[in-house]
Amino acid sequence: MSSHAHSAPHAMPAPTGFISKYVFSLDHKVIGIQYFLLALAAVCIGIVLSVLMRFHLVWPNAHLPFITGGIMTPEQYLGLLTMHGTIMVFFVLTTAPQSGFGNYFLPIQIGAADMAFPRLNMLSFWTTFLAFIAILAAFFVPGGSPISGWTAYPPLSGIGQATGPGEGWGQTMWIVSIALFCGASLMGALNFIATVIDLRAPGMTLMRMPLTVWAWFVTAILGLLAFGVLLAAGILLLLDRSAGTSFFVPAAEVVTDTLLNHKGGSPILWQHLFWFFGHPEVYIAILPGMGVASHLLSTFSRKPIYGYRAMAYAMCGIGFLGFMVWGHHMFVSGMSPYSGFAFSVLTMAIGVPSAIKTFNWLGTIWNGKIQFTSPMMFALGFVSLFVSGGLSGLFLAQPAVDNRLHATYYVVAHFHLVMGVAAIFGIFGATYFWYPKMFGRMMSEPLGKLHFWITFAGAYCIFMPMHFIGIAGAIRRYADYTGVQYLAQFQPVHKFMTIAAFITAIGQLIFIWNFFWSLKHGAKASDNPWHATTLEWSTATPPPHDNFGGHYPSVYRGPYEFSVPGVTEDYIPQHLAPQEVARSK
Amino acid sequence: MHRDLRSKGSAGTPALLALLITIMVVATVYVFAANLYPAPPAITAIGDMIDRQYDMTLWVTGIVFVLSQLGLAYAIFRFRDRGQKASFTRGNNTLEVIWTSATIILFVGLGLLGRKAWGETRFVAAESNAIQVEVTTNQFAFNFRYPGPDGKLGRIDTKQISASSGNPLGIDSNDPTGKDDIVVPTLTVPVNRQVELILHSQDVIHNFYVRELRLQQDAVPGLAIPIHFTATKIGQYEVVCTQLCGLGHYHMRSLLNVVSDEDYAAFLKASAQ
Repeated sequence: MSSHAHSAPHAMPAPTGFISKYVFSLDHKVIGIQYFLLALAAVCIGIVLSVLMRFHLVWPNAHLPFITGGIMTPEQYLGLLTMHGTIMVFFVLTTAPQSGFGNYFLPIQIGAADMAFPRLNMLSFWTTFLAFIAILAAFFVPGGSPISGWTAYPPLSGIGQATGPGEGWGQTMWIVSIALFCGASLMGALNFIATVIDLRAPGMTLMRMPLTVWAWFVTAILGLLAFGVLLAAGILLLLDRSAGTSFFVPAAEVVTDTLLNHKGGSPILWQHLFWFFGHPEVYIAILPGMGVASHLLSTFSRKPIYGYRAMAYAMCGIGFLGFMVWGHHMFVSGMSPYSGFAFSVLTMAIGVPSAIKTFNWLGTIWNGKIQFTSPMMFALGFVSLFVSGGLSGLFLAQPAVDNRLHATYYVVAHFHLVMGVAAIFGIFGATYFWYPKMFGRMMSEPLGKLHFWITFAGAYCIFMPMHFIGIAGAIRRYADYTGVQYLAQFQPVHKFMTIAAFITAIGQLIFIWNFFWSLKHGAKASDNPWHATTLEWSTATPPPHDNFGGHYPSVYRGPYEFSVPGVTEDYIPQHLAPQEVARSK
Repeated sequence: MHRDLRSKGSAGTPALLALLITIMVVATVYVFAANLYPAPPAITAIGDMIDRQYDMTLWVTGIVFVLSQLGLAYAIFRFRDRGQKASFTRGNNTLEVIWTSATIILFVGLGLLGRKAWGETRFVAAESNAIQVEVTTNQFAFNFRYPGPDGKLGRIDTKQISASSGNPLGIDSNDPTGKDDIVVPTLTVPVNRQVELILHSQDVIHNFYVRELRLQQDAVPGLAIPIHFTATKIGQYEVVCTQLCGLGHYHMRSLLNVVSDEDYAAFLKASAQ
């Protein structure tokens, strides 16, 4: 807690020009919206790529839009697959919940005027923007997009054009983009951590922070520890490709009868470095969603969050254990089987804090007074999807069972449900919830519900059947199902999933329409339309440049004081002094 | 004030949401119970062991899945806003301790039980009399090498690798032990005999996966990775690559022929000529 922040509202004067206000802004709120819009552009591209892939899988000879030549080739398919994964993981799931909503609401929720380092914040966004341009450029360079997947395992990714089209310029652009993204994320992580530690308002103790703030805080720590490792790995991979080093490419490497001049690198080293980042990354994607879900479930059940401390500790536990389980991606890689077993037990253990969260979410809505607003619908959907997607992890965490399921559609189903769709439900919930605060207007409730029904039913129709064919042995990352005979039997299921994916994708247009239409035509929002308790609802809508209009709030209580006995209203805002709370007689 | 958004709503929305979740649960349980998408039966004893561990995990997660999803659906409908007052509670430490301990025992216990099936495939080395076959992968083919009548594999000289001139593995032409080596594109093994495969890759990472064996292993350039199995059922099974290896990944495929001892001897004889 800092007393100096209390007396000095904002170091930066409010900007006046268009450029300094909306483009190179130092205001965390503008930067948050910039991140959100970048993620929105990215998710649209990512969804189009996935629908194109789904169509190709069931109608391989169909003429598809955006595809050079009309009919998709295997390398184009793998290019879409790589770009879909990369864009979704980095530019959507990492960008929107953490950098977008975190930027906008973390300072306000702890009662600060801005992030600790506004210039670093701006630099972080524009570096992310450059990274996004770099990854999009990979579509257009000679050879097209890289084909090595979002995990970019060398030697496939480490040699160049020889291993396949897209492995020349495309792969290089991929590495450049990811390296830039890592740099940006490190800046963001530092900023988030410093802000939480230094800029909390008087009375905002750690145990009074909203669970969203806990989530952003833990996520920032994960980002700080994980992205540095990926950055280093990316640079080494770039050196292998362009400077003749051999970090990941072994000796006696022969590609299409040609002996390469590499000496003694280890392809498995990349996997260790990548997954040391890659596993915490899935928690980077989902933790903010957990924070948002907790926040919304409490608010719209009109009940305190069940087991606040357990929830905060569980997030710390997930963050801590998240760094000890990366090897479960590598059970069949050739890594020592004893390591595999150790990673397995640790991975089973990480299911425990996840289960604690689930029980507490159920405890929160139990005996509540549930209000079915659009944000609440997505929060409830989040819980269902998180349970479904999380439980399948208990199969994959066991190396023996993984021998059967590894690299099948079962894995695709698992991670899409738990870190993809569930995380996106967190983003949607956050959008419907905070939109009135950000833009001063409400989003349409009927459209929000319609969007929910299509997305919730659609997500299950796409990803539940994927488990079934995965268990029967359907392999992922195949451009075509004619090469292996036993895959033909799964075509009807693929067709069903493709149609579901198409409808679900179209359903997202409702969200886009609602988002932009409501900017002008939505009902005017009051300062606290949801009767919520945290600090962002204590200030004007939208918040002024310094967030609280020249003064700083003091905090008197925890973040989820709903339905407190003896109090007139069914909520007590955090900033309300005890003598101001209206009591019933 | 937007009271309309927060005031008590109709029962329609919670009923529909609870119904959707219930349908999802029933449909999922039905697919598993009716075994609509069966995996082919395992053809090794270890495969059966893996399936038992899989089944046990399915029971545990299945029960947790059904209870938590139906609990969620119930709460959604039961505790919808009907103008009641929400009960005030901050949680219950006893319950926290109970469900934390229960999940630790259940999840970690399941993980520890899984050690046996994993250990049998990976902690235990192949028997000394196992039939050894060298597997070499490249974009986008499998090659299987048997030592031939002399029982010895010839030396590999990477400079001599040339698929176009019929020496895809680069068997050293100066090494006499390599002359009788058998190199074939499909894997043939005798039934009920332990087979040890030594996996190699020339270029990028590939994988050897046979779903009936419940066995997969990456083939990594620069490493020789041993795996072993004992197939107990005669038949032909597909070998596939499951590690993204380039544009031809989807058609990188071979066959595993599990044959009788006589047929195996005949195969070796025919291939040696």
